[in-house]
Amino acid sequence: MKPWGNQNLLRNNKQETSELSLRPKKGQKFLLYLAERFSWQAIVDLAKKKTVPEHPYSFWTYFGGLCLFLFVIQVITGLLLLLYYVPSIDRAHESIIYIMGQVKFGWLIRSVHSWTANILIGVIFVHMFSTFLLKAYRPPREITWITGFFLLLIFMAFGFSGYLLPWNELSFFATRVGTDILGQIPLIGRALKSFVLGGQEISGATLSRFYWFHIAVLPCLAFLFLGIHLYLIQVQGISRPIGVKPEKIREIPFFPDFFLRDAVIWSLVLALIGVLCVFFPWEIGKKADPFAPTPLGIRPEWYFTFMFTTLKLVPSHILGLEGEKIILLIFALGGLFWMLVPFWDRKAYRDQNNPVTTAIGVAVILYISIMTLITYLFPRL
Amino acid sequence: MKRNLNQTLGLILCFFISINWLFSQTKKNTCLDCHLQLEEKLASPAQAFKIDIHANYGFDCSACHGGNSEKEELEEAKDKSFKGIPSRQDIPKLCASCHSDPNIMRRYNPNIRVDQFDLYLTSHHGRAWTKGDTKVALCTDCHGAHGIQSASMPQSLTFAWNIAATCGRCHSDNNLMKNYGLPGQQEEDFRASVHAQALYEKKDLSAPTCNDCHGNHGATPPEVASVANVCRQCHPSPASLFSRSPHKAAFDEAGIAECQACHGHHRIEPPDYELLPKGKKDVCLQCHNENSRSYEEGSNLREKFMALDAQLEKVSFKIEKIAQQGIEISEARFLSQQAQSEFLEARNLIHSLSLAEIEKKIKESQAIIEKLSTLITEAEREARLRKTGLIVATLFLFLLALALWLKARQLRRKRP
Repeated sequence: MKPWGNQNLLRNNKQETSELSLRPKKGQKFLLYLAERFSWQAIVDLAKKKTVPEHPYSFWTYFGGLCLFLFVIQVITGLLLLLYYVPSIDRAHESIIYIMGQVKFGWLIRSVHSWTANILIGVIFVHMFSTFLLKAYRPPREITWITGFFLLLIFMAFGFSGYLLPWNELSFFATRVGTDILGQIPLIGRALKSFVLGGQEISGATLSRFYWFHIAVLPCLAFLFLGIHLYLIQVQGISRPIGVKPEKIREIPFFPDFFLRDAVIWSLVLALIGVLCVFFPWEIGKKADPFAPTPLGIRPEWYFTFMFTTLKLVPSHILGLEGEKIILLIFALGGLFWMLVPFWDRKAYRDQNNPVTTAIGVAVILYISIMTLITYLFPRL
Repeated sequence: MKRNLNQTLGLILCFFISINWLFSQTKKNTCLDCHLQLEEKLASPAQAFKIDIHANYGFDCSACHGGNSEKEELEEAKDKSFKGIPSRQDIPKLCASCHSDPNIMRRYNPNIRVDQFDLYLTSHHGRAWTKGDTKVALCTDCHGAHGIQSASMPQSLTFAWNIAATCGRCHSDNNLMKNYGLPGQQEEDFRASVHAQALYEKKDLSAPTCNDCHGNHGATPPEVASVANVCRQCHPSPASLFSRSPHKAAFDEAGIAECQACHGHHRIEPPDYELLPKGKKDVCLQCHNENSRSYEEGSNLREKFMALDAQLEKVSFKIEKIAQQGIEISEARFLSQQAQSEFLEARNLIHSLSLAEIEKKIKESQAIIEKLSTLITEAEREARLRKTGLIVATLFLFLLALALWLKARQLRRKRP
């Protein structure tokens, strides 16, 4: 049976409607009209049949849905910002001032976009680490894990490209620091930096490129990877954690039970975003001046600070090689190692708990947390 | 193996020979070598000379003291050309022997002036020195003797921040100044002035210090007739307004120094409308009668300034309060600056004594404040709206979350 386009169901519906009342109401007629054309009864049936496992670690499964919800907010607010934002060095900052001061609810839209961007990356991190520690990446979900890892990189790139768009002092110099690091990557660094900047220095070309990345390239990639990610979750279902006794796991309907709980979390997070936007509207900052000296305490967005601080702490030379290049190589290899965990964690493949993988996960969490804390506690390091 | 060892040893030997050769090529300065090992009185000049600008240009001790600094034996080093410590009477000429010669100076710093000695001779210091007074300031008193640095270096005695202290070494010495009939509190007065505030607190190196008004090498205090010309170097606007005011002719006739009469000298305080009639620092009473019409007009003007100042302060306070609530208020800030600027212009116009012009500026400033008040009211309403909206939206979302949670719980209980 095809999952949708089930004509029998439609016919049955029609018959039921005609049997129950000879003259269907206007609303019902319209719904029937649409149901015939979209064949959504099959989707509704599928949603009714879809179940998710409920177990002592179920709490962590809600973070995936929360990511999706926050992404939808980003798309909506981003589209609204496009109405007034002008991507040129002469007008970018001015257009942000205009959005924040003159456009009706512009301050709210921009603040929601900026706050949600940060919360989203935080939630993606939580989702990733919970998936890692619960070993939900194990086959057959390895591609779901890999697409999720790429989604993290894509959203970090969203953050990096979006940070420069207001063209303020802080974002300008943080981008300079970020692209300088990019230039340190062995072999391809210089070419990559030049491509990203559209030249040797941050200029109008950089702003145009970052804008292009932010509203065209990255959304396409995000939709592609998100589509695959969600499709795989749909096909394979949500993973059951290793070591939980079968009697402690029960299947609950996705709709409405799981969805209602998702909606509770979404409502609370939306309320939190509202409070943040009213009491701490995202600042506009001072317009970037490329000729001004770099201000003190410049740093990238919080989710890059662990890498930034590591690069600051590393000695300039290790075993005769440039320290920064070695660290970048370690980060790249570490990222690859992390992404390929479904393939090397053989114990998880056999549904056995692997304490080594858990220890690696905890170590990475501690490392990122400590490095991020150091950045904020010792800004003049 | 043995061959390799021989090659390595050979290379090390060559290295040491090269280093030794390099050191042998460096010019010796035996004066410094010995003086640095002597008691502090004799060692400190040698120590200071290490950072001296002349040392940087390759001069050694013999340039001023004579002798031969390359000879290691004392007798040979102190040969017939050795002059020892130059007498105070000789110092200006000694310095001028190079600094007044364009052919020498061009080799080291083509931009530096070569008329310092000529200017010095026109100064009070120089004229006294010509008469044989060696207590007056000579080159070394202001520039130092052995640790001389460019005036652009913060450690230099002639760097803007250090000039008051350099001049004060003599001019704050009451016993020394008594001999010349000069007061000894100029440095103290200057340090309490608005100029010192700008120089030391705001770190504004363009703010004036002693030499900016009195001159550098041709140091001479400005006379009554020239005080205004000194002040107008930096304050051209009040000076030109004053020139067209009725005060100009009256001051000239009475022989009163223009700016100094109201603002004083050395201890120049920040401009304030309290200098106006009935103000806390009323200076008009120096010449005007308390019952005169002009005194009364001045008093009215002061009250208007006070009222406008209070309005501006209130507006600024409100703007900051709104900004703290996260409302974008850059337009109001801009208008506030504009109103402040009109107010400053009105205050500056006091120098012209043109009541009509002052009134006009006050009205312009007040018109901007009115516009600002509308903006502020709107911003305050916006702030209230945001908070009300937040309370309503948050309440709605919490209620929604509660309803959803209750429904989810109900469903869970119903499930087997």
